[in-house]
Amino acid sequence: MAIKDRACVSGIGETRYLRGSPSSAVELQLEASLLAAADAGIAPHEIDGVIPIGVVSAIAEDFIENLGITDLRFSALIPHGGASPVMALQSAAALVAGGICKHVLIAFGRNVSAAANKAGARIHQMPQFHYVTEYEYPLGNIAPAQIYAPMAMLHMQRYGTTVEHFGEVAVACREHALLNDNAIMKKPMTLEDHRNSRLIAEPFRLFDCSLESDGGAAVIVSATERAADLRQPQVLISGVAVGHPDSPASITQRPDMTSLGLGKAAPRAFAMAGVTPADIDVAEIYDCFTYAVIRQLEDLGFCAKGEGGHFVAGGSLKLGGKLPTNTHGGLLSQAHIWGMNHICELVRQLRGSGGRAQVPDANVGLVTGYGDMGDGALAIMRRR
Amino acid sequence: MSEPVSKPVPVPSALSAPYWEGLIAGELRLQACADCGQLRHYPRLLCSHCYSRAHRWQVASGHGRIHSYTVAHYAYHPAFAGELPYTLVTVDLAEGPRALGRWLGDAAPAFGAAVQLVILHRESSPALAFTAV
Repeated sequence: MAIKDRACVSGIGETRYLRGSPSSAVELQLEASLLAAADAGIAPHEIDGVIPIGVVSAIAEDFIENLGITDLRFSALIPHGGASPVMALQSAAALVAGGICKHVLIAFGRNVSAAANKAGARIHQMPQFHYVTEYEYPLGNIAPAQIYAPMAMLHMQRYGTTVEHFGEVAVACREHALLNDNAIMKKPMTLEDHRNSRLIAEPFRLFDCSLESDGGAAVIVSATERAADLRQPQVLISGVAVGHPDSPASITQRPDMTSLGLGKAAPRAFAMAGVTPADIDVAEIYDCFTYAVIRQLEDLGFCAKGEGGHFVAGGSLKLGGKLPTNTHGGLLSQAHIWGMNHICELVRQLRGSGGRAQVPDANVGLVTGYGDMGDGALAIMRRR
Repeated sequence: MSEPVSKPVPVPSALSAPYWEGLIAGELRLQACADCGQLRHYPRLLCSHCYSRAHRWQVASGHGRIHSYTVAHYAYHPAFAGELPYTLVTVDLAEGPRALGRWLGDAAPAFGAAVQLVILHRESSPALAFTAV
């Protein structure tokens, strides 16, 4: 395979995650970029490819000017919401495997604390939501919780998925967040706390929903053959793939509302990596909502479609469980950084620098992206 | 006193104007390919079946069945705060495409239950709604 293992994540950088950051999205993006370059052990001006991520984002010119890049050989935008970071890993891996670039920076920042940036307003500025904005927003279908809820209702109706199953995901993420000094949520959560949290959009309760948070995160993807003398242990991108659901701009019109783009991407990424779900030691799964984790576990092949709820029962996703998942606390309890934080955490786990949340002997892991109305991406990585 | 907040108002395009004019006239119009007849909703430029740009508008019967739903308990837009909790239903129209609308029943909608379209003529914009048959 042309891409398998020929690219590695050489550097990761994360700012402090918080609510009410005084810094702009672009400032956070640049701060994270410098941290990632320092982590990789390269000078920022050596970056020769950039994929900026985010609704409010620096553009290639900003990176050239602020980082002093002298010879940028590639830039592109990937406008697929929370799927964009892992989709960018695919682009970056192909770029370095193909010899176009040596070091590709993927950088994200967000500041959503201003009223104009709240969930209910933000998505209607994004072109991929134009059907929702014209035909559904005027009815009161405004924010992702409401837009995704009918998928979860259908999953419960068809397969018997329960509130407790959703709670298992929320509780596992919270337990992991308590081990993470850079997590926003600091209070323990029980299944009962989850069930008692207020309804937002049935079946979603408050604790089924991810956080609104500010921060920046960045990763650098380098050619494996050129990364031998860099600072960090190499984490190789073994398999990576992207998939879009049918009717990607309208869940209402999707033939099978419970299907996702990940269902198309996952078999491709596993085939490229040459591994199976049984080989995965740690998983970082995009958790915009608890339900999204359950559904993605099915598409990833950890269980059959409809069995995701049963799979997560009994603490399966916790450290020490059968599939330690979102070991940083996820979007649900660490911070909502569009899943850039999931990539950073997987790299940390595979380097063996996961701190109190380290999964013992983590050699192979995966990270998913989930964007907009079900765009999907999967990267399978391994420690060299 | 703060100003009353108005609901979001759709901004029709050249493509979708006949749809919105239809609602004002009391009918739900679905886009139909003038060449192969395939129905599509929401309005699109091309027929994804035969790639024709030519289309006509077909009035939906208004009959359908509940596909899924959600009940909103939190107002992501202040103009909806006074209506909480409200239910949004996704309906399989008899013609094939789905429609999203407000639920007019008191009881929760039942999966698969037969429903009938009602067009609400609101100040902000006309809106699809459904009621049990």
